[in-house]
Amino acid sequence: MAKKTDETQKSSFADDPINKKLSAEEKIELLRQMTRIRRFEQTSLKHYQGGAIGGFLHLYIGQESVAVGSISLLGDDDHVITAYRDHGHALAVGMSMNECMAELFGKKTGCSKGKGGSMHYFAPDKNYWGGHGIVAGQTPLGAGLAFALKYQGKKGCCLCYLGDGAINQGSYHESLNIAELWDLPVVYIIENNGYSMGTSQKRSSAHPEGGLAARAEGYGMAWDKLDGYNIYEVRAGVQKAIDRAHNESRPTIVEIDTYRYKGHSVADANAEKYRTKEEIQKYMTDHDPVENWKQTLIKEGVITEEDFKAINKAAGKEADDSADFAAKSPYPDESEILDDIYWEVDNNTAAGRTGTHFFQP
Amino acid sequence: MPREITYREALREGLDEELAHDDNVIIMGEEVAEYNGAYKVTEGLWKKWGDKRLIDTPISEAGFIGVGIGASMLGIRPVMELMFFSFAYVAFDQMMNNAATCRYMSGGLIHVPIVVRGPANGGTNVGATHSHTPENIFANMPGLKVCSPATPADAKGLIKTAIRDNDPVYFMENTLLYGEKGEVPSNDECENGEFLIPLGKADIKREGTDISLIAHGRAVITALAAAEILAEEHGINAEVVDLRSIRPLDEQAVLDSVRKTHKAIYIEENKPFCGIGAQISSLIMEQAFDDLDAPVLRITSSDSPAFYSPPIEEAQLPRPNDIIEKTLSIC
Ligand SMILES: Cc1ncc(C[n+]2csc(CCOP(=O)(O)OP(=O)(O)O)c2C)c(N)n1
Ligand SMILES: [Mg+2]
Repeated sequence: MAKKTDETQKSSFADDPINKKLSAEEKIELLRQMTRIRRFEQTSLKHYQGGAIGGFLHLYIGQESVAVGSISLLGDDDHVITAYRDHGHALAVGMSMNECMAELFGKKTGCSKGKGGSMHYFAPDKNYWGGHGIVAGQTPLGAGLAFALKYQGKKGCCLCYLGDGAINQGSYHESLNIAELWDLPVVYIIENNGYSMGTSQKRSSAHPEGGLAARAEGYGMAWDKLDGYNIYEVRAGVQKAIDRAHNESRPTIVEIDTYRYKGHSVADANAEKYRTKEEIQKYMTDHDPVENWKQTLIKEGVITEEDFKAINKAAGKEADDSADFAAKSPYPDESEILDDIYWEVDNNTAAGRTGTHFFQP
Repeated sequence: MPREITYREALREGLDEELAHDDNVIIMGEEVAEYNGAYKVTEGLWKKWGDKRLIDTPISEAGFIGVGIGASMLGIRPVMELMFFSFAYVAFDQMMNNAATCRYMSGGLIHVPIVVRGPANGGTNVGATHSHTPENIFANMPGLKVCSPATPADAKGLIKTAIRDNDPVYFMENTLLYGEKGEVPSNDECENGEFLIPLGKADIKREGTDISLIAHGRAVITALAAAEILAEEHGINAEVVDLRSIRPLDEQAVLDSVRKTHKAIYIEENKPFCGIGAQISSLIMEQAFDDLDAPVLRITSSDSPAFYSPPIEEAQLPRPNDIIEKTLSIC
């Protein structure tokens, strides 16, 4: 079982076969995806503050390499499910900024027609199963998606993301036991950003020395711990887990160290109280995964600083355009309130027409 | 000679037929496979269908019901047994949030064709933790469907329909009924060669003119016993309406019966507070007020956790005599 990687291993991540085979275009695409996520989040923050977006808004800024690195490895029969901090994964699987932003604005053109909001994005056509608001509630579903793939004889896997706080929920542990017991091709990716709301990881979790993922050993499950700073490392490490799922139909827990720059949600007024300004600044200056990847690509001669500026500008424009699109889109109609509750009713089947389904007085 | 089988056999027959009907149907739960089912509903199915279709789970209701929900999103049709429906409470998040709301929150992109089935009843002296009747709790949640068959025929017809339904159906059985026999038509007696009962369709279990005894689950059997005594000893001809399915609900059947008899009592083994009877009496009050000759009454289990002591627990549940007394108070 893998242990935390040391420095010599680190430099070799670039040489990992899965990274070696990346073309220049593909490397740039990783940078573009991370940048798009960052710009999308910055734009959504602006419009939240402007009052166009309601409810909770959990931003992914600082964590981009996790979703982009891991999702870049997936094929047609691989699936994704995550928690409420779900915008990064959504864009990484190929959902458009327009549908994602419109969902935040509560518009009919949103990916869930305005019914889900920030925490509940879905795109089954892109193998993306949400967007789940209950901490760790998605973890048995991730095992279930993997179960279905195995049942159908497909060589696929499910990447199921969760936070460092979510690992203390019972449903997660039930899922781990079932996943290992039934040899399900699921990869649990713990995005360890150090905090669950205002509670530091140290104050929330008892775990073996190796880290949060090392709890896997209690279930006889494989695990790994990666540094999200380096997208090469994310890709190399997650690929091992995907290979294990594809080739042996075995689960893995992968813990990826990362950091969120913003508050737990935009409503988190204490974002700088449970951690110091200095700590946040240190991550932003010394540990930013987007900056790191940009510098790597410049060093590799793949891009120039100018190229990055263009990527950043395009992403910013795309995000602004998506906000325009969202602002101009109509709100859902009140007549849609009772749609999308029962499949049989929506599809006007005999079952859907039999008996009273709704009890509106 | 009409065929008689037990409620348990009827369920098993329905499950067996659906396993044959669709390769995506699987049965999961604690002890459902090798042990043949804690209440032997699935007896013989593992032997017939093997490990792929009949899956013993660890004691992890949230885990395996969540796994079933996730699998159903990709087209599997899991039928999950709760050894007791009381154990739904440890899987409540999965059953209430994930099964019921994923469709809505995805704007209709997802559906969750699962069945969760198992006994939901008191009256077996197993104390409060094992005697819950959560049909009202789950029926409260839009997105879920709930049914509760009282007879072997309904058990078979409804379980088959529940499995084919594309929405989550919570199917509440009764351990006291598992051994009860009743007529269930064989497939060659049926039109289209199979026996299906739609959800959302009530059944008049006894025609009558003087009062509507409306019920679901085992309370239907109690109402039928009371109706016989009312006819024999009091000359009162009661109609017994079995909802069978709670959500969707056959409101029309309830209203038609009340418009005929002008009096109604709802009988259930559920608790009184916001029980199914409360919903039904509200329906009647709103839509058939002018047809009523008396207030709608309710008979429920006592408003207390289940008592262990056998003779006392019996007194907690509706008995024929309770129905007779209440009927006489308005007839
Ligand atoms: C069952 C449940 N309990 C509490 C919450 C409120 N809540 C939402 S996110 C969160 C913190 C989770 O932290 P973590 O798992 O580390 O994920 P992160 O927010 O860091 O991505 C809490 C307490 C919830 N949504 N669900
Ligand atoms: Mg966290």
